Amino acid sequence: MTDLPRTQHIVASGLVAAVGVSVAYVSFTREPAAAFLFPRIISTVFVVLALLTFGKALLGKTRVGTGLDREAMINIAPGLAVSLIFVFWAAHALGFYTASTIAFFVLLSLYDPAPHGELKSWIKRILITAGFLVVMYGLFARLLSVFTPREIFF
Amino acid sequence: MDFLAYFGDVFTPINFGLLLIGTIGGLLLGATPGLSPTMAVALLIPFTFKLEPAQGLILLGAAYTSTVAGGAVSAILLKIPGAPANIATTLDGHTMAKKGQGARALQLSFLASAVGGVFGVLLLIFLTPVLAQWALAFGPSHLFWLAILGVTVIGTLDSSSVVKGLLSGCIGLWLATVGFDDIMGAQRFIFHDAVSGGINVIPALIGLFAIPQVIGMFAKGRRSLDAEILTVERHPISMAFGEVFSRLRALSIGTITGSVIGLIPGVGGQIAGLVAYDQSKKMSPERDKFGTGHSEGVIAAESANNAMVGPSLVPLLTLSIPGSPTAAVLLGGLLIHGIFPGSDLFDNHPDVAWTFINSMLIGQILMCIFGLYIAGLAARVAQVPNAVMAAVVLGLAVFGSYSVQHSMGDVYVMATLGTGMYFLERFGFSAAPLVLGLILGPIAEANFVQGSMIANATSSIGSYFFTGPLNLVLIAIVVASVGYSVWQELRHRRLSAQEKVMAKKDAIT
Repeated sequence: MTDLPRTQHIVASGLVAAVGVSVAYVSFTREPAAAFLFPRIISTVFVVLALLTFGKALLGKTRVGTGLDREAMINIAPGLAVSLIFVFWAAHALGFYTASTIAFFVLLSLYDPAPHGELKSWIKRILITAGFLVVMYGLFARLLSVFTPREIFF
Repeated sequence: MDFLAYFGDVFTPINFGLLLIGTIGGLLLGATPGLSPTMAVALLIPFTFKLEPAQGLILLGAAYTSTVAGGAVSAILLKIPGAPANIATTLDGHTMAKKGQGARALQLSFLASAVGGVFGVLLLIFLTPVLAQWALAFGPSHLFWLAILGVTVIGTLDSSSVVKGLLSGCIGLWLATVGFDDIMGAQRFIFHDAVSGGINVIPALIGLFAIPQVIGMFAKGRRSLDAEILTVERHPISMAFGEVFSRLRALSIGTITGSVIGLIPGVGGQIAGLVAYDQSKKMSPERDKFGTGHSEGVIAAESANNAMVGPSLVPLLTLSIPGSPTAAVLLGGLLIHGIFPGSDLFDNHPDVAWTFINSMLIGQILMCIFGLYIAGLAARVAQVPNAVMAAVVLGLAVFGSYSVQHSMGDVYVMATLGTGMYFLERFGFSAAPLVLGLILGPIAEANFVQGSMIANATSSIGSYFFTGPLNLVLIAIVVASVGYSVWQELRHRRLSAQEKVMAKKDAIT
């Protein structure tokens, strides 16, 4: 195993182990004890398995999971950033339809293999985005009558 | 023969319309590489809120059936399996298409799928009521062990690492305890307002199955799908009919293997297709032709992966234990309508249960008819760029999660769990046991608490949970599934070490 996946495995399994230990700590310290009986059993198994995984990662004996290479990380970063801004801020602040239209168009522009220098491909992206907006509005606002936050825009 | 009384319900205009929509939509979604049947069914759940329970299940069941079959289109025409269940189909199906026999391969695939699928649903029809009555004898300790068995079997058999599979199951069981305790009303692990009411299963399912696929598409960057669609020449359907039924050995091996594998919780369509292909090859006098575009390979693989659909629902409909991730999503679809599987389903809601099961039977035939006609269109859909697919799935996931309870908290839970799951999957963790833990956690805890109360009043907790023939059988299966998976993992490790040594020796000589 090369250094990058090994470090990634240590970080990932370390985080899982930290969550496991926190869950166990809360389970064994909070009252009423009866309400935490089942979480105590689960968290004990959780901690044992998580520490086993962490130990294997520290010793470089992890055999499953390829981790993330640099290219994948670079590819994921912009899309993930746009998605998280959309979900955690824009959807509520701008309104669902406005935010999802903007997010759709940005993601399409970021990842569409069509050349960025051609007017034709931009027109295609705008048309696909408009189609997406119409379908989402038709499905959720009209068919399912879901009242989504509309806020400053549509 | 209760099911015959409800056959007419499938043909009411709304029910039949939903069956058609689910079937055609499922075929198109199934053909799209990267969109798994589980994700397709999870994204459809919000569309069932306004429907009657039976109607919602018809839509979900049709989508489940046809996404599995639809995956064969891209496997044959693009050499990209639409779902893991179609991996074995590519071996001979794509070679046939390359030889200009794409239409023949597609016809054989859909006909074999329909035969396997109908047999699987018939098994579901005749096994389920018997097992549901038997399940009445189950007490809290048995139901507790069954829930643990569901998580353990999927955690060990469905994962490449036993420890990480079980750990994923534990994470799911823990997430199920977030919120207020049902009996004492105590707050447990409420670290954000979004989870004050606990983690809603539907947004969690959407997040865990859809978001990792969205991020996976981002990871491919601006790469275009360079697979070439092979042209489909005309081929008379009557000849394909004759060929499917003249290859009875492959058809029966596929159908029986798929049905048996479907009954085992945690073993999915991918295994069914590959095992059936392998067995069919071993038992065929023409085994040398396998891999060169031989029809038996397509027939065995496709009859197996659709035959497992019906039996995979048996543990769900009888014991409330979903045997597969897709069955877990279907359970979510039942629970939002306040319906619990098991004997209650057949005693109190027979119309829902039988209309759903009958619709799956009709759905198999519709899937075959439409599959043959829209294969060309489905192959075009399979070429939709990743960028469009990722953005559409993200939009559907956000709107779908919000529509469950009109809560932004659900959207946050969906996004957080989904993003976390993508990274966990990169390190060998698996979504299926986590989802099973999340769904079976409340069942396990409720029966554990109830069993503890009974035990305190009668005997000790140890003797209540660890004695009695049924408890011991269930514990033995849990231990055996863990033991078998550990043995398999060690054996696989030893074999790969031996292969490495041999390769080194070869390189030196």
